[in-house]
Amino acid sequence: MARVELQKIRKSYGDSTVLRDLSLTVNDGECFTLLGPSGCGKTVLLRLIAGFEKPDAGVIRIGERVVSDAAASVSAAPNERDLGVVFQDYAVWPHMTVFDNIAYPLKLAKVADTALRARVMETVGQVNLRGLEDRMPSQLSGGQQQRVALARALVAKPSLLLLDEPLCNLDAGLREEMRFEIKEIQKNLGITIFYVTHDQEIALAISDRMAIMDEQGIIRQIGAPDEIFEQPADEFVFRFMGVANFLTVHRQPGGGWVTGGGQRFPWEPDGDASAWLAGFRPSDVRLGRNGEGLRCRVKRASFLGAMMDYLIEVDGAQFRTQIETHAALAQGLMFGESDACTATFHSVHWFKAGEIPEGSR
Amino acid sequence: MSYVRLVNVTKRFGAVTAVDHLNIEIERGECFSMLGPSGCGKTTTLRMVAGFEDLDDGEIHVGERLLSSRARTFYLPPEKRGFGMVFQAFAVWPHLSVYENVAFPLRVRKLGATEIDRRTREALDHTGLLSVAKKSPEDLSGGGKQRVALARALAINPDVMLLDEPLSSLDPHLREEMRFEIKDLQRQFGFSIIYVTHDQAEAMALSDRILVMNLGVVQQVDTPLNVYQNPANRFVFGFIGLSSFLDVSIHGDAVRVRGEGGEPAVQIIAPAALKAAGRAVLASRPSEIDFVAEGGVRGVVKRCAYLGEVIDYRIDVGGQEVRVQKNRRAPGPSEREACGLVFVRPHWYSHDS
Amino acid sequence: MRAATPSRGIGAAEVILGLSVGILVVVVAVPVLIIFFNAFWVNGQFNLADTLKALREPDTYRALLNSLFIASGVTVMSTIIGTFFAWLVTRTDLPFKPAMRVLFLVPFMLPSFIGALAWKMLLSPRAGYINRFLMDVVGLDGPVFDIYTFTGIMAVETMYLFPFVFIQVCGALERMDPTLEESARISGASLFTITRKITIPLVRPSILSGALLIMLYSMAHFGTVAVLGIEAGIFNIPTLIYEKIHQSAGSFNSIRTGTVLATVLVITAALIMFIQNKVLSRGRYQIIAGKSFRPVETKLRALRMPMLVFCIAYIGFTIVLPTVTIFMVGGLKTYGLPFTAENLTLANYRYILFDWKMTRDAIWNSVTLGLAAALITMFAGVMISYVIVKMKVRGKGLLEFLGMLPFSVPGSVIALGVMLAWSGKFGINIYNTVWIILVAYIARYMAFSLKANSAALEQVHDSLVEAARASGAGMGQALRDIVLPLVRPGMFAAFFLIFLPALRELTVSVLLYGPTTRKIGVAIYTLNEDGETVYSAALAGIALLIIVTAQTLIGRFTRARTMT
Repeated sequence: MARVELQKIRKSYGDSTVLRDLSLTVNDGECFTLLGPSGCGKTVLLRLIAGFEKPDAGVIRIGERVVSDAAASVSAAPNERDLGVVFQDYAVWPHMTVFDNIAYPLKLAKVADTALRARVMETVGQVNLRGLEDRMPSQLSGGQQQRVALARALVAKPSLLLLDEPLCNLDAGLREEMRFEIKEIQKNLGITIFYVTHDQEIALAISDRMAIMDEQGIIRQIGAPDEIFEQPADEFVFRFMGVANFLTVHRQPGGGWVTGGGQRFPWEPDGDASAWLAGFRPSDVRLGRNGEGLRCRVKRASFLGAMMDYLIEVDGAQFRTQIETHAALAQGLMFGESDACTATFHSVHWFKAGEIPEGSR
Repeated sequence: MSYVRLVNVTKRFGAVTAVDHLNIEIERGECFSMLGPSGCGKTTTLRMVAGFEDLDDGEIHVGERLLSSRARTFYLPPEKRGFGMVFQAFAVWPHLSVYENVAFPLRVRKLGATEIDRRTREALDHTGLLSVAKKSPEDLSGGGKQRVALARALAINPDVMLLDEPLSSLDPHLREEMRFEIKDLQRQFGFSIIYVTHDQAEAMALSDRILVMNLGVVQQVDTPLNVYQNPANRFVFGFIGLSSFLDVSIHGDAVRVRGEGGEPAVQIIAPAALKAAGRAVLASRPSEIDFVAEGGVRGVVKRCAYLGEVIDYRIDVGGQEVRVQKNRRAPGPSEREACGLVFVRPHWYSHDS
Repeated sequence: MRAATPSRGIGAAEVILGLSVGILVVVVAVPVLIIFFNAFWVNGQFNLADTLKALREPDTYRALLNSLFIASGVTVMSTIIGTFFAWLVTRTDLPFKPAMRVLFLVPFMLPSFIGALAWKMLLSPRAGYINRFLMDVVGLDGPVFDIYTFTGIMAVETMYLFPFVFIQVCGALERMDPTLEESARISGASLFTITRKITIPLVRPSILSGALLIMLYSMAHFGTVAVLGIEAGIFNIPTLIYEKIHQSAGSFNSIRTGTVLATVLVITAALIMFIQNKVLSRGRYQIIAGKSFRPVETKLRALRMPMLVFCIAYIGFTIVLPTVTIFMVGGLKTYGLPFTAENLTLANYRYILFDWKMTRDAIWNSVTLGLAAALITMFAGVMISYVIVKMKVRGKGLLEFLGMLPFSVPGSVIALGVMLAWSGKFGINIYNTVWIILVAYIARYMAFSLKANSAALEQVHDSLVEAARASGAGMGQALRDIVLPLVRPGMFAAFFLIFLPALRELTVSVLLYGPTTRKIGVAIYTLNEDGETVYSAALAGIALLIIVTAQTLIGRFTRARTMT
């Protein structure tokens, strides 16, 4: 169980600076996710924490120990940092059995045979691999190999577990199952987890806290999943966390706000600018047949099973929304293409106009 | 009479029956999907329609023409069947330009040069490929290659298009776009589509009717809405959309959750037909379960995950797990809280289905 | 993922790098460069005139033309035969296809100069058995076929080289995505049209790749032309180099001419490789299949059995016949006698194996040289591959280039270069010893070792080593526990890739052998030159037995130790 502290980390490769002055704290026993688009530098940060690379500046502490201090030329080797790592491609050793793979860290620590065996079998049970100990990795499915990697990372009871996009090569159903299991294991063992991914769904599902990183390697927001989703700090976070709709809204000379087509917009931004962008999620929209709200037209309607998915056009702009099928049936909201409808909003986030292109999804 | 008719079509591979006495009728201009897990026989069926595999029993008709018949030992090879077909990996020829790819079926039919050019250009125009006609398909993205495959299939103006998982190699964003394009093309040209996929959302969004298949046997044939609202059996229910299942035992009028004890749930009335069995499966969509503080089927919240638009709950009900999903605007109980569940639209299946 | 930088800093990494560069420069670069120097520098001065003079000699340019002519003919014929058989074995309903596929690879096992020897015994115009048989028994006036001709040479080389194309095309046809052909079918095309417009164009890169390999090989090949061409005065460049040097017992002038010829050969080889790169980069398509539906099969119908008979007859004619001939002639008491029981004996075999020092030494030299070359090159290859694939140091590109250089440098050129470099020039004189042959082999086969080891090392992703580090292993331990076991198959592959060719090769050793350092190939060849046909054949038979046994043992060994 350890707390991870990163202070003013800087890392460059040749001319490009990937991380600059990055500071971050992961609390003891927390499941912390670093979320960001591909190539933003999140994997680099994980590798710095692991010790596979050295930062150009800054200090990294794991627990009480300083494992890396660029200024003082201190750098603990990866094998001295007491952590477990799960790689994106699993990195399960193909020439060793499942048992030997998992036992390796204990072998290196010169654990006695009986204790080793007991501990390995315990971990095998924790990741639901019982019965497969003598198989070779080539005989296992992707999901099973992933569990071997997880078991191997956990067997030596490390204080910190680092996971680098471990689920992206699995199919959707397995991904859901595995992220559930990772969360279970984390809760049961109370281990600190540092998880890196580009998939906001996974991040939302497993994290106690998460950090959003942009393409430049800058952290935009840190918080609990519902904080990030409900109160995005800026438009980057808003866009990254899911489907984002936007409508431009103009100030009317007499007061009040209207859309591009002159319809009255019931929500009011807080500020001086004369034009704003209203941002909202599909679930923030309430559609109706005829009643209060903006007059819109259904551009596309798709039946997706549990949901009806609509692409709505209003005054030249477009946005998406969904209604649960059974609710749509019950309330007469099964729209077809070109149907007229009305839209009101539960809530809206405001962004400065000009920051985001009109009508983007 | 329906346009495409499969009568008792059967295919065996050694001891395994891949397709078991399939009967399908598809109308002119209909978009008909075959949906099921991998290995269920849907691709084999499509290949029999295309003529790449011969059937072991039954017959296939299109319009007035007989394509295959075991009884009459008749088999028309694929090159004579006149279908348009789009494959999963596109199967676009890298050594021919986009134009030549699309013109190929016309050249093979030895049409006149002007006719070939006209129809090729028309197909390219409809798929938005005129600007890249001279390029090699290798220079195009996945979506571009798929359009080439579509244009090539359209060039001969077929009555029936066969599509074998055409969108599964594309990334999700593109999949939706291409789906709409295919639908638009169908509306314009009026051909029938036989569509094979394992993605149920795709099948639902695209089709006029869906056939759900498992292990070579038809499970249900109906409109997407009906398949979703009234699944014929437990398999179809579980395959389409998210599902929660609860094993229950029935004693007279009392429905009890099987497993660790469980109080009788007085609000749930089992259908009479299943009462005799004493056991049944209660199936429900996670979004069609409501939380109540008092009453209902009692359980404890095992796990509660905030997923953004929805909140995902795993409820421990008498040792079984029930999944509930609620919109983020209507939050429910927290972890480790006791709660009650009300099944808004339960479906009942016999316990051995 | 980037390679983990070793935490040792200056030390192990730099030493290994230095060693690698050293080995490659000394073993590979020096011999090749010295050829060029020798060709263009006379008495310390750059002299183009002399070079051009040597080039203009009729012998020289005729040899070059012959090389090109023979190579072209062989390439065209091999391509046709190889593609035809590949199509037969992958795309038709020929019976016993798996067996036929293996059978067509057998010609690879027969060194083509031994094949040439056998065909000489069968089809030499006056004494060849087939010709004699047809003249005596059937009553023909003259020989039906004179093997000492261009046609003869090309035919024999084709027989044993076509598997290059066969393997490539088989692989391409088998791996090809079947929906590429299915989509053509559903578009309305007949099988013939599909083969013509779709299948063949898509495998063209593989066909060309095999064809160019054959072209390169034939241009640099010594054995067949030496056995069959010298009689009729047909020389290609390797045989001309040999002739010049051998005749003049290594005179300065002849060596100079040799280097000029060698330069011509290298430039031609480089041009061919350049063309290959250009052609392949244009036409490399991604046609590998994902799903497992079988490709279209053409029904041969009435031709089914005749085709099978044809294939078996081809194998019988090109493999069985020469092999039987070799063994039978090797058993004759005197060459020319008819094959009757009283004329056949095992005495020759016994003599060669047990009594004659020259042949015993030759066998011994071949095996030990093969083992030594394979072992040294295997270990050196692993080390150098590691630097190239895994280490982040500057100058890697140079290593890669040096390592791959010998691929395109013909054997004769390496032999010549080694001869020039290590006959006293730098204070080391190993001429006429086994060591010079060993050095030449290491130079020649380093590229194979690098390829095999690099391929294996590239499979060992960095994350496998990093996972070991994270588990608590130091760098050295990670190398021992993880990298080494995973690279072992590559090392074995390298070993076998070198041992067998080194065992049976002739082109290099024929230029470097001394009185006591003959190898099997050289011994067979010189015995034949000296007119000792029977002994030559017997030794050839023994060589074949050794090769086949070694190949079979290796096959069993690799199959037993295959790990995924």
